[in-house]
Amino acid sequence: MVNLTIDKKKVQAEEGSTILKAAQSNGIEIPTLCYHDELTTSGACRLCSVEIKKGERTRIVTSCIYQVEKGLIVNTQSERVMNVRRLVLQLLMARCPESEIIRELAEKVGVKPQPRFKPDEDKGECILCRQCVEVCEEVVEVSAIGFSYRGADKAVGTPFVEPSRACIGCGACAYVCPTGHIKMEESDSGKERVIWDKTFKMVACKVCGRYFAPQEQLEYIGKKTGVPLSKLYTCVNCR
Amino acid sequence: MKIKSFKELKSLREKISNSRDPEKNCITICAGTGCLAYGAQSLVNKFKAEIEKDNLEEEIDIRSTGCHGFCEQGPVVVIYPEKVFYRRVGLDDAAEVIHKTVLNGEILDRLLYTDPSSGEKIIHEDDVPFYKKQMRLVFGMNGQIDPKSLEDYLAIGGYSALAKVLNGMEPGAVIEEVKKANLRGRGGGGFSAGWKWESTRKAKGDPKYVICNADEGDPGAYMDRSLLEGNPHSILEGMMIGAYAIGSNEGYIYVRNEYPLAVKNVTIAIEKGRELGVLGEDILDSGFSFDIKVNRGGGAFVCGESSALFASLEGRTGEPRAKYIHATDRGLNNKPTNLNNVETWANVPLIINKGAEWYQSIGTENSKGTKIFSLVGKINNTGLVEIPMGMTLREIIEDIGGGTPKGGKFKAVQTGGPSGGCIPEQFLDMPIDFDALTKVGSMMGSGGMIVMDDRTCMVDVARYFLKFLEGESCGKCVPCREGVRRMREILDDICEGRGREGDVEILESISHALIDGSLCALGATAPNPVLSTIKYFREEYSAHIQEKKCPAGVCKELIRYKIDEENCNGCGVCARLCPAECISGEKKQPHVIDQEKCIKCGSCRESCKFDAVIVE
Ligand SMILES: Cc1cc2nc3c(=O)[nH]c(=O)nc-3n(C[C@H](O)[C@H](O)[C@H](O)COP(=O)(O)O)c2cc1C
Ligand code: SF4
Repeated sequence: MVNLTIDKKKVQAEEGSTILKAAQSNGIEIPTLCYHDELTTSGACRLCSVEIKKGERTRIVTSCIYQVEKGLIVNTQSERVMNVRRLVLQLLMARCPESEIIRELAEKVGVKPQPRFKPDEDKGECILCRQCVEVCEEVVEVSAIGFSYRGADKAVGTPFVEPSRACIGCGACAYVCPTGHIKMEESDSGKERVIWDKTFKMVACKVCGRYFAPQEQLEYIGKKTGVPLSKLYTCVNCR
Repeated sequence: MKIKSFKELKSLREKISNSRDPEKNCITICAGTGCLAYGAQSLVNKFKAEIEKDNLEEEIDIRSTGCHGFCEQGPVVVIYPEKVFYRRVGLDDAAEVIHKTVLNGEILDRLLYTDPSSGEKIIHEDDVPFYKKQMRLVFGMNGQIDPKSLEDYLAIGGYSALAKVLNGMEPGAVIEEVKKANLRGRGGGGFSAGWKWESTRKAKGDPKYVICNADEGDPGAYMDRSLLEGNPHSILEGMMIGAYAIGSNEGYIYVRNEYPLAVKNVTIAIEKGRELGVLGEDILDSGFSFDIKVNRGGGAFVCGESSALFASLEGRTGEPRAKYIHATDRGLNNKPTNLNNVETWANVPLIINKGAEWYQSIGTENSKGTKIFSLVGKINNTGLVEIPMGMTLREIIEDIGGGTPKGGKFKAVQTGGPSGGCIPEQFLDMPIDFDALTKVGSMMGSGGMIVMDDRTCMVDVARYFLKFLEGESCGKCVPCREGVRRMREILDDICEGRGREGDVEILESISHALIDGSLCALGATAPNPVLSTIKYFREEYSAHIQEKKCPAGVCKELIRYKIDEENCNGCGVCARLCPAECISGEKKQPHVIDQEKCIKCGSCRESCKFDAVIVE
């Protein structure tokens, strides 16, 4: 175990653990946006920045990545930290003026929009947290979506913005999306699902008749696990 | 022929030296990218043809070399052994140069360089003011060798440092030497190369990689390109010495995709090095093996950043990674990796050959050796200049650069590339080194140096650099992706007359958050152009915001061109040039500009010989 101080509180954390985890398990809240326990920590949103002090040196680090060290003094609320946090939230509010999640988070942290930033109209609610791309690559393992362009034009999507052959319509990206930017729509009958401009035929459960998963997803699961398709055509509830 | 021992290398070198007569006439023609653009290749061919035609091969050697640095004067020709310096040499000049100058010692006046400040014509290369105050330790060999010739490199002592190291220096001793020389990285950060080598050596992991960063994305900087093009073996030799000290057998050169000649020359150098046996398995029978691969860059500025560079080498998108573990422990493929800049590597053979003590004698207390700068902007002599650390900005700008051209007055110098800072006149006498530049809010960076005169608007300059960085931000982290463009938008507003009270303070606050919050150094240094111009030219920001005026007369929305009746003699030149056709007046009578139609292109002001066009 490693001893360190977070916001004047002496805490213990496991070796190799991050400042963020150490804080969370001690009831100290650090706001996060792009962090997901099961995915690569990209450190992209910078919201979880904290100030650390080692000897006489202080600096700002992202708590989701920085590992705990013996004797480390962490301040999650310093002026420098708040300046970064404020800017990140103001920038995201300007990028995604429609996003309620961002607005609520900003309110909670006590940050108001910067009137000098002209709100964007073309970015939807995507904050480029990267979770969708990571889940598709690391968990689903099909890498159907990725990034195009760079800088402010960076965007998530399928290659060449065409319906992707790799996409199995599982919707994992839509589930992890923290702002609800990724839209997954099902037809009223439930027979079809549309995501990333691709229409998927849904399979009806052999037992209860409910449309429960895209054909392509079941085929993918079958191929990956070796479970015969006949078995997969029954939904989890009826198995 | 493959050489297998130190002895064989030595005798080969002697053989080459003995076969060369230092007094023999040699026409060297710069064939760096700059001179090639002026037609250097046809000039080389023309000289060759002329020599062949008159059967002069015995009397005259011809050599196409790498970049000499004085690119704006290209094609540059230097005639040895006298070192007669000709510039802007054309195809029609070749025959005369051979028959009159080389064979007869006659100087061709029209090809001489004229010093713009004294009006004097200069005959010898060493007397050209642009070169006179330089200390061309690293760069100077470019002019003496054909980069495609390993023999040429051996003739000037090439690979003797490698032999010295492999033949009796322990790796630890090599590291000690480089540490003692206090060689600092030339790629931007100025980190101690010796310490980095040592950390990589000590790191656990196998294999270990040695990488040369030749991504050089700073607009206007091309010293790395010129070194790699002009003296590729010196880079290879530096890397080999580093690899030996670190304990690495695998090297990469990551070179910017837009540098075809550099790729070509370094690839040839590697092949020739392998053929000769200074690269590959069991080099010179020392037991040390090392080989190098050339990789072409991903084409983005950010790919020069270490973690992005590794990602790109691994075949992934060149995005920086957030990590608090040094590359020396986990870099390329998560293995211990030592990354150094081209110029850093090029210094290594020098240090080994001449010793740390010698190296230490050049420079300032904490910055040793020389640095190559790319000197451009409002300055008479532009090009690549290598100076000892500790030279003052004034010496570089006035003595080497020949000062600002007539009509302008020096205002500031921007150093360090797009994320460097602007340094005002008050610091001109400051001896420059890594720390001095950082102290005044700029940085050494890769060595960009842009001179600005009083017709430069500092707010516009800040906006220009931010626009570049905005376009180069990889877009991974929020502060840089979103913050840089918001800063640029505010600067746009200020330059276009929409600046508001408090904008400067907002810019400062965003800057500090960017410095603290960005994932990589691109975002963290992006505010430099803004902060440094606010620091030294705050009144210019106020003029834009409060008075809606651009004192330098640059920002179109804030200025008016007017013709001064007193000075205008009605020559009508401006009226003929005005693309908006908005200047009118009788012949020999003062003209007027129709403000409604004026598009503020400034062509009238530039064309007026009587300074009658004023900006308000
Ligand atoms: C955005 C960015 C671009 C960079 N581009 C380059 C480059 O083109 N060449 C280079 O040598 N270093 C570049 N660097 C610095 C490298 O990350 C690294 O510090 C350097 O290559 C280390 O070599 P050195 O210690 O010999 O200077 C860049 C850094 C950043 C943040
Ligand atoms: S600072 Fe800029 S370039 Fe660096 S990771 Fe962030 S967005 Fe990319």
